[in-house]
Amino acid sequence: MGALGDLAGGFADALTPLNLLFALLGVLLGTAVGVLPGIGPAMTVALLLPVTYVLEPTSAFIMFAGIYYGGMYGGSTTSILLNTPGESSSIMTALEGNKMAKAGRGSAALATAAIGSFVAGTIATVLLALVAPTVVDLAIGITAADYFALAVIAFVAVATVLGSSPLRGLASLCIGLYLGLVGTDVLTGQERFALGIPQLSDGIDVVVVAVALFAVGEALYVASRLRRGSVQVLDASAGWLTRQDMRRSWKPWLRGTALGFPLGALPAGGAEIPTFLSYAAERKLTKHPEEFGKGAIEGVAGPEAANNASAAGVLVPLLTLGLPTSATAAILLAAFQGYGIQPGPTLLTTEGPLVWTLIASLLIGNFMLLVINLPLVGVWVKLLRIPRPYLYAGILVFASLGSFAVNADPLDLVILLVIGLLGFLMRRYGWPVAPAVIGLILGPIAETNLRRALAISDGDLGVLVDTWFSRIVLALALIALVGPIVLRLVKGPRSTPEQLQADGHLEHRDRDEAVPTGADREDRS
Amino acid sequence: MTAAVVVGYVPNPRGDAALEHALQECRRRGARLVVLNASRGDALVDEDVVRGAALEQLERQLGDSGVPFELRQPVRGRDVAEELADVVSDTSAELVVIGLRRRSAVGKLLMGSAAQRILLDVDCPVLAVKGPPHAG
Repeated sequence: MGALGDLAGGFADALTPLNLLFALLGVLLGTAVGVLPGIGPAMTVALLLPVTYVLEPTSAFIMFAGIYYGGMYGGSTTSILLNTPGESSSIMTALEGNKMAKAGRGSAALATAAIGSFVAGTIATVLLALVAPTVVDLAIGITAADYFALAVIAFVAVATVLGSSPLRGLASLCIGLYLGLVGTDVLTGQERFALGIPQLSDGIDVVVVAVALFAVGEALYVASRLRRGSVQVLDASAGWLTRQDMRRSWKPWLRGTALGFPLGALPAGGAEIPTFLSYAAERKLTKHPEEFGKGAIEGVAGPEAANNASAAGVLVPLLTLGLPTSATAAILLAAFQGYGIQPGPTLLTTEGPLVWTLIASLLIGNFMLLVINLPLVGVWVKLLRIPRPYLYAGILVFASLGSFAVNADPLDLVILLVIGLLGFLMRRYGWPVAPAVIGLILGPIAETNLRRALAISDGDLGVLVDTWFSRIVLALALIALVGPIVLRLVKGPRSTPEQLQADGHLEHRDRDEAVPTGADREDRS
Repeated sequence: MTAAVVVGYVPNPRGDAALEHALQECRRRGARLVVLNASRGDALVDEDVVRGAALEQLERQLGDSGVPFELRQPVRGRDVAEELADVVSDTSAELVVIGLRRRSAVGKLLMGSAAQRILLDVDCPVLAVKGPPHAG
């Protein structure tokens, strides 16, 4: 009962008026950015990182958690009503959801998505609360070498599983690792890659890099290929969930949760794979196979549940091991570091109240999302009427303001622009941004652990494979790295969500901006 | 080439009122009608663009009126006022019909007024039609 008792304590902290207000603010912001294609929770949390200078940690994390979950809800609205997935994790929702909306069943699709997200989010968050202390107990004994092995598998998994090609993912990861190296070496005090610029000897601030890669890169990319034209919003006024819809939805919700939570907890990079698998599973298991491709409600319920469950799953390695496995998780890790808190096995003991309040506020935020999403769909869709130039100009202002606020140093604005240009080139040539951000934030932590392990062993590399834990983890990392290449040689290219989309005849009128898939994909979970 | 009347059309009561008057003017003058439904196209959703069922209905309505017509829907990232001025000089129109709405002073200050720009930019008489009361 320990976990539930702690969770109750978390609720007590989260239910103060101020924290409820921050939760509401978070879910509103999260839904808004989820609805808008091209802007995701990772970018939003990165833009809001400077608030960590003024806010209490609890309030800030409650807001960030709201944004994180809100983004998952918002994405489904755009998928269903416009057929332009707001987030990469809602691509699968668009397949069936948009067909349902075209058949006049838009509000049923929205309802099953929202309720499914709520059910999955709640179950998965409770699972998170139950699993976290156990994982911490297991993890408390891990050595620096073990931690390094975990970081390696996170790097490899994120770089190869996300992104359109493992090579691009790894290249992007290396950019992140390199940027993480800039600054003074903690152990020896030597300057690395500081180019003789005094400000660089403190390293490049994570806020600046994250904002540059996500916000500036994206804004420049959108500006470079500003497509004209708009899409039609389908009507979602009629046709609430019928009893039959409910009967057909609840099993996919639960199956989606069962797929999403464990896969989210693995370092497999967020919500895309679970939603893809959930869609495939529902297609196989359905009693109405003839409806798939024409608007089957199972195809909306399953993937939507899966993406919310995986959002909770991603928090398991983050809160118990300090291991970010998606871009948003990496930014959250940076926020923890901003407060001088190091997520890891000790987090639950040293910052117990903060973590439990965070988990409690996830449950509260999830409920808020259900309440604000269903009746307010019309309001969210209105957001899409904002002309892009205004929207991105606003984002750029926020990005510059946030970067300048870090140190009040004009050099940060120059760095913002330079890395922003890099981010633009990465977007342009289809390098996923998520591995770079994860490399940037996790890289220094991995390095510290590696150096610590080597210091203990007097420079003997054998220490890295000393325990069974690190041997297994490193072997898995090797498999994750080599496996896809071997599979590709044996079986030909893997089938990607894009191909499934093509099979499902999903059209995208505004593909370049609206659908961050394949080459354009970023992990926005 | 017959004389032309240009109407700036948006799918709402104001636009319908403007279209109605434009059709009357065409019949009176024996002119053809150019319906302009322009969008700057820089937002993902623009409810002022006629499409789908509404587009079919508009074409049917225009066809039923017996007036020769042409529907233009340019989406080129330019203001509606600029597009309208273009169409007017392109067709040497003898009349432009637009819908007017009530605007607050602050709203006009912030967003500008398309109608005002049209009045200033267009080189022919402009007929401004107000929509039915209490209908936006």
